[in-house]
Amino acid sequence: MPEPPRTGSRTLSEPDSKALLSAHGVPIAPERVVAGVDDAVAAATELGFPVVVKLAGDAIAHKTERGLVRLGVADESAARIAATELLAAATPEDGEVALLVAPMLRGQRELIAGLADDPQFGTTVMVGVGGVLAEAVADVSLRLVPISRIDAEEMIDDLATQALLGPFRGEPAIDRDALADVLLALSTAAEADPTIVSADLNPLIVVDGRPIAVDALVEVER
Amino acid sequence: MTTREEGFRALFDPKGVIIAGASTHPGKFGFVSLHNLLASGYRGAVFATNREGADVLGVRSVASIDELPDGQADLVFVCTPAAANPDLLRACAAKGVKAAFVTSAGYGEAGDEGRRAEADLVALADELGLLLAGPNGQGVVSTPSLLCAQIVAPFPPAGHIGVASQSGNFVSSFLNYAVQTGVGISRAVSAGNAAAVTVPDYLSWYAADPETSVGLAYVEGVADGRAFFDAVRAVAEDMPLVLVKGGATAGGQRAAASHTGSLASDDRVFDGMCRQAGVTRAATVEEAFEAAATFATQPLPAGPRVVVMTTAGGWGVVTADAITKSSLVLADLPRDLHDAIDELLPPRWSRSNPVDLAGGETRDTIPQVLELIAGHPDVDAVIQLGLGIQSNQAEMMRSGPFYPDHGLERIVAYHERQDARFAAAAAEVSERTGKPILVATELAVAAPDNPGPAAVRASGRLCYPSANRAVVALEHLWRRAQHRQRRGLPLR
Repeated sequence: MPEPPRTGSRTLSEPDSKALLSAHGVPIAPERVVAGVDDAVAAATELGFPVVVKLAGDAIAHKTERGLVRLGVADESAARIAATELLAAATPEDGEVALLVAPMLRGQRELIAGLADDPQFGTTVMVGVGGVLAEAVADVSLRLVPISRIDAEEMIDDLATQALLGPFRGEPAIDRDALADVLLALSTAAEADPTIVSADLNPLIVVDGRPIAVDALVEVER
Repeated sequence: MTTREEGFRALFDPKGVIIAGASTHPGKFGFVSLHNLLASGYRGAVFATNREGADVLGVRSVASIDELPDGQADLVFVCTPAAANPDLLRACAAKGVKAAFVTSAGYGEAGDEGRRAEADLVALADELGLLLAGPNGQGVVSTPSLLCAQIVAPFPPAGHIGVASQSGNFVSSFLNYAVQTGVGISRAVSAGNAAAVTVPDYLSWYAADPETSVGLAYVEGVADGRAFFDAVRAVAEDMPLVLVKGGATAGGQRAAASHTGSLASDDRVFDGMCRQAGVTRAATVEEAFEAAATFATQPLPAGPRVVVMTTAGGWGVVTADAITKSSLVLADLPRDLHDAIDELLPPRWSRSNPVDLAGGETRDTIPQVLELIAGHPDVDAVIQLGLGIQSNQAEMMRSGPFYPDHGLERIVAYHERQDARFAAAAAEVSERTGKPILVATELAVAAPDNPGPAAVRASGRLCYPSANRAVVALEHLWRRAQHRQRRGLPLR
C-alpha cells in the first residue's frame, strides 16, 4: 500500500497528472472534468454509458483505497447518484475537488507502468503486471531513465508472465510496440521534467491489444 | 607526477615491490604478504621495511624507506599501522613509488576518526601522485607478473579473468575456484574501502588490459549509481562483465508514495541496470565464477538453439528440462542431422534432442556425432554429458584386486584414452565451429583426476559440475549475445 508523498514533494490531481504525461505521448483514456452533478450527468450522456465517475483533487492520491471510483455507471440516474455521493465523500483535507467522467474501457488485462526515483540510481522507468494484485505479484522490470526502444522492448521481454502478453481469452496479443511507446513516453517525460519524483499509470488497461492509461498519478517536487 | 595509468601499471606489473612493515612473526600480515610474494615466483626487486631491520625470509629489511635505492620499486605493499602511513607514503613517493596497496585497518570502517584519516590519506596520495588501493584491502594478484602481493592464499593459475571485489574474501573465493577448475586469472584485487580506486575503476582498467578478456566483480554498496552504471556499461561494451551483488535483499520493498516506487526495490533496480548495461548478473559466487570462466573459454552462441548429446537417458532429460525453463531453446533435431547421426548409430538411439547415444557408440562415434551436431547450421550450442563414466569404471578396476590381469590393464588404458580424446574433441570442435560446447559431469568435482574432466581442464576449459550449471552459464552467454545482436554490436 503506497504511503503519503514524502516531504518536499506533492501529488498532482488525476487530470493534471494525465495532462502532464499525455503531453509526452502517454496514451490516456478520453475523459471530462466537471464541477457539479448536472455537468457530470451531461458528460456521461455525451460519452455514452457505461462510464466511470471519480472524485479528483490535488490532495487525492489513492482513490480506489478510499472508494472514490465508481465503475460501470450504467445510466443517467446511476450517474447522478454516483456524482452526488462522490462530492459528498470529499473531506476538507481534499481541498478543491472535481468530478472526472470517462468511458468505461473494457479489457481483461491490466498492466502497470511508471516512474520512480531510486536513491542510488536516480529516475527509473517500470513496467509490470498491474491491477489490484500488482504489488503481490510483483512481476515488474525496470531500467534507468533514459531508455532506448531496445531497452523498452527488453523490459517487456523480461516480464515473467509472458502468457499474459500473448493472445488472451479472446483478446488479441498485446501490441508490444505500443507498450514500448508508453515506456519511452514515460522516459521522455522524466527527462524533460526533472521535477517528476514518481508517476503511476495504474492500471494501464489493454483494450484490443493496446495499452491505455485510465488512471495516472504524478508526484512532483514541491 | 605519476599518471593514473602509471599507477595502475605499477600496481599490477611492478618492477619492484616494497613490503612495508615486514614481520618476522609468521602470523602477521607483514610476514604473510612477503611470503606469498616470494613463494609465487615474483621476478622483480623485493624490499622490506622492519623497525629492527631484521631479516625476513632471507630478505634483508631496512628500518626506513630512506635507506632504499631510488627508482627500484614502484609498488609499496603497506602493512604498517594507519598512524605510520602518511610519513611512509611521502618517503615512498620520494623513492619513485607510483602505487600503494594499503592493507592497514583503522580507516573508513572505523568511525569518524577513521573516516577523517582515510580522507587525509586520499588527499595525500593525490598530492604525491600515488595510486592508492585500499585501505583495509587484502591485496593484489597479477599472474603475468607472477605477483601475489596479498595477505591470503591462493596464487591462481594464469588466465584471462580480471577480478575486482569489495570483499577481499570473495577475491580468495574466486581464486580458489580458479585453482579448482584450472580456468585462470589475469589480475585480481581486493578494493578494500575503495577510498580512491573503486571496483568500477579497476574494471575499467581491465577492459583496456590485453591480459584480461572478462571482468568478474563482487559489489555491495554502490555510492554513486549513475557513475557506476556509466562505468560498467562502458566495460561491458568492451568485454563480458559478470557481477555478483551482496545485500540484494536489503531494503526490500520500500515505502513510497507511488505503486511504482514501492515495486522498485533496490534489487529490481540493480537487475534492470545490469540488463541495460549489458552486464551479466549472477545470483551466487560460484555462478559468477562459472559464468566468467565460460565467457573466458567459450565462443558466444549466435542463437539460442542447444543440442544435448548424452551417453545415458536420464541426464539428457534433466538437461532438457533446464534448457526449456531458461531463455535457451531445446533445438528440434533437423532432419538432415537426424539422418546423418542415424548412419553412425544403431537404431535404438533417441532420434531426437537430447541425442542419447544409448550405448551405441564405438571407438570414434562420440567425436563424429559431436562434429555433426556442432557443424549443423541450425545448432548454436552443444551440451555434452557422460564424459568420464568409462574411466570411472576403469579406476575401480585399477584399484581392485584383479588388476592388471584378466585383460583389465588393456581396457583401463583404452577407457582412459577414450575419455581424454572425447574431452579434447569437445574443445577442438568448438574452436573449429566457433560454437560453445559445454561438457558437464559431476566427476569434475567427485573425481577431478578422472581422465575425462582432467582433459577438459587441460584444454583450458571449465568442466561443469552439473548439466544445470552448464545451462545457467550458457544462458548467460546467450543473454550477452542477444544484448549485442540487438544493438548491432559484434559478438564478443
